[in-house]
Amino acid sequence: MLADIGLIALIMAFFLALYSTLASGYGGWKDRYPFIQSGRNAALITFPLLTISVVILVYSLVSLDFSLAYVADVSSRAMAPFFRLTALWGGQAGSILFWAWLMAGFVVVVARRKWDADRELLPFVLLVAMGTTAFFIGLSVFIDNPFARLWHVEGASKLTTAIFRPENAMAYLLQDGNGLNPLLRHFGMIGHPPTTYLGFTGFVIPYAFAIAALIKGKVNDDAWIKTTRRWTLFAWLFLSIGLVLGGRWAYDVLGWGGFWGWDPVENAMLLPWLTATAFLHSVMIQEKRGMLKAWNFILIILTYSLILFGTFITRTGIIDSVHSFAKSALGPVFFAFIGFTFIGSISLLLRNLRQLKSENEIESFFSREAAFLFQNMLFLAVTFAVFWGTIFPMISEVVTGTKMTVGPPFFKKVAGPLFSVILLLMAIAPFVAWRRQKVSKLANALLWPFIISLIVSTAWVSFHSQHPASAFSLWMISFVWLSILWEFWRGIRARMKNKNENPLLALKRLIGRNHRRYGGYIVHLGVLMIAMGFIGDSFFKSETQGAISVGEELQIGRYTLRFDNLLQYPGSDGREILEASTSLFKDGEYIRRLLPRRDFFIVQNQPVSVPGVYSTLAEDVYVLLIGWEDIGKESSTFKIYVNPLINWTWIGGVVLVLGVLVAAMPLGRQVMQSSYVLRRQPLKPSLEMEG
Amino acid sequence: MRARLLFALLASMGGFLLYSVVQAQVVQDPFPTDNDVNAIAKKLYCPVCPNTPLDVCETQACQDWRALIRDQLAEGWTESEILDYFVAQYGEMVLAEPEREGFSSLVWLFPIIVLILGVVLVRQVLRTWKAGGEIQITESQALEVQPEILARIEKELEEM
Repeated sequence: MLADIGLIALIMAFFLALYSTLASGYGGWKDRYPFIQSGRNAALITFPLLTISVVILVYSLVSLDFSLAYVADVSSRAMAPFFRLTALWGGQAGSILFWAWLMAGFVVVVARRKWDADRELLPFVLLVAMGTTAFFIGLSVFIDNPFARLWHVEGASKLTTAIFRPENAMAYLLQDGNGLNPLLRHFGMIGHPPTTYLGFTGFVIPYAFAIAALIKGKVNDDAWIKTTRRWTLFAWLFLSIGLVLGGRWAYDVLGWGGFWGWDPVENAMLLPWLTATAFLHSVMIQEKRGMLKAWNFILIILTYSLILFGTFITRTGIIDSVHSFAKSALGPVFFAFIGFTFIGSISLLLRNLRQLKSENEIESFFSREAAFLFQNMLFLAVTFAVFWGTIFPMISEVVTGTKMTVGPPFFKKVAGPLFSVILLLMAIAPFVAWRRQKVSKLANALLWPFIISLIVSTAWVSFHSQHPASAFSLWMISFVWLSILWEFWRGIRARMKNKNENPLLALKRLIGRNHRRYGGYIVHLGVLMIAMGFIGDSFFKSETQGAISVGEELQIGRYTLRFDNLLQYPGSDGREILEASTSLFKDGEYIRRLLPRRDFFIVQNQPVSVPGVYSTLAEDVYVLLIGWEDIGKESSTFKIYVNPLINWTWIGGVVLVLGVLVAAMPLGRQVMQSSYVLRRQPLKPSLEMEG
Repeated sequence: MRARLLFALLASMGGFLLYSVVQAQVVQDPFPTDNDVNAIAKKLYCPVCPNTPLDVCETQACQDWRALIRDQLAEGWTESEILDYFVAQYGEMVLAEPEREGFSSLVWLFPIIVLILGVVLVRQVLRTWKAGGEIQITESQALEVQPEILARIEKELEEM
């Protein structure tokens, strides 16, 4: 009964979203105000309707209404209520509904803003954003409906999933559900999908404004960029958090000692992050210098398409992957939508291309404008390399008929060098002036960071001569670190001299006065820390594996692991736990007990490895219980990874969030800058009047 | 100041390098250990489970394949012989790193081509940005009246 209400609300939401798309598009095209207003109202009602559907689905998951196929698939009696709730995004049907719901929520925020600011753009913003929302609700209604029920057709051996009762069928109520995939029962996987989806849907708004600007031919004023600046930052923040949480989840749960495996689904999420990062930087040059306008359109269009592509890959399992928990017939529809929006956006851009003018020129190839352009190109090159490597197995299968694998070595070799150049740009570019930069002056500014980083890296490689390649990465990392800190120090010193402030106050005021700039530097520091994690993972990781009996030891580097005993006991959530007790020693001194585990989820017949981890800032000792002899509990096989610097990845994630917050929110008494430009247009009726 | 700094820099770098030469290492276990097996398994992908490297895959099939690698190592096979064996048995898809010949070479080639195109494009854009400046200068010059035109106008005025 309740599920029927959810279904009805979902169907109504679909038609309203469709209506809103058409009405606001038509109203904007013919300049017919009542249609725009009506389209906007429809958009405002779509969200509450979807909320009803979402709440009912969550209620069904928590109260275990197993007549629904989705509930039977991802919820179960053994699961704690909290996990039942997160099952909303634990499967395909639920996550598509969740996507649509978030998107509709963002449209409400946009539709409720002051309309006089962007009166011309908003009808088309609604057209694009509601069009996207309608597409996702449509998927939810017609292709993978979360309210579909389980039926037993007479004589059939399998249950049928359908919304309405098939002929000769009886409703079927399962006793218990399958429950959430055990791998997903982890805080990282609880936070990862919502943050990722917030990031994904958040970027639809800047895209919608960009397309609106293209439709109206308002390509030369920056209104669309200024209006969506905060949206962009917000979406980028959540996308970044989503990436870090996903990495943390992989590290804790997948049991291979790493956090980034260049898996197609990970890549699919990295791709929009790359173009979005390029976009985030390149809008600055348009705001400050009125250049790179066409690039910005291209970048936001790419970001939107790659977001759809990311959802497409994750949700359709077109490229086989460990992440593809969800597979279905979504493929063709999704593919068509991506193609349609991409071709449509690009043709709109081409139509406007002649009008796009650079407002400024540069005096030298060596200028900040050039650095930005180069950075953009590098980001697009990495994007292409990762995209190409991700889809190449498919291409190979289609063209030659043989399947192939493009694994981590490819991505490390191709993307690694490009990322290093980007990191170096991060050190140099902030010191480069607009228009023209004298090389001698730049060299002077960067002299100290350069010298100190050179000393540090030479020192390092002397102690670790077995990893010559790491000397370069260490030089790079310390150089970027020092140059960013140097930039902070220059500002603080200037304030201390001129304003007589103490260092702390000077730092606070420095950031407060120019929060976008220094927030950006803090984000750079965070990215650098994440890069340190990647470098530790690529160059310094060591591992060992061996079968040992109780009392015996396994050695890796300076660490020794002693096997003490093995316990078996039943755990919560329907699992049987096999836990090894081990003692970790460093240089012969006892550090602590580690308890690597193997959890067997009985219903799903699936084992999950839970590592025992000793974590420090310098390195993690990551112990896995990977096997035990059949005879008894006297002997087990362990795998130990020593993962240097991996903790910095998570710390970097936190620093990155802080940096974005500093950049987005002015500190101190600084007046909030208006995020859009007010333009007076007194003759047209205000859209607020009748609402 | 500069010279002293440079000297200190060179001296410290020299010292560090000297230290690295003195460093000793090398510890060996009986062959083939789990680590020897994993070192090779790392370069292979499980042919059954999608996108899982052989050294971390937990299925029975993969355990058997690792046991096979161990036997081959014990018999004295080299790493490349073992890799070739697996490619011959299960196809190119078992290799983690795509080969650099045949159709697979495209996966390596394209990113390089795109990067080169990107650099060319950036150069081109920077050129137009600089050229844009020059055009604007000529436009502003156009607003100034050329001397010969001024002379002609004055001449015509006189004739009137």
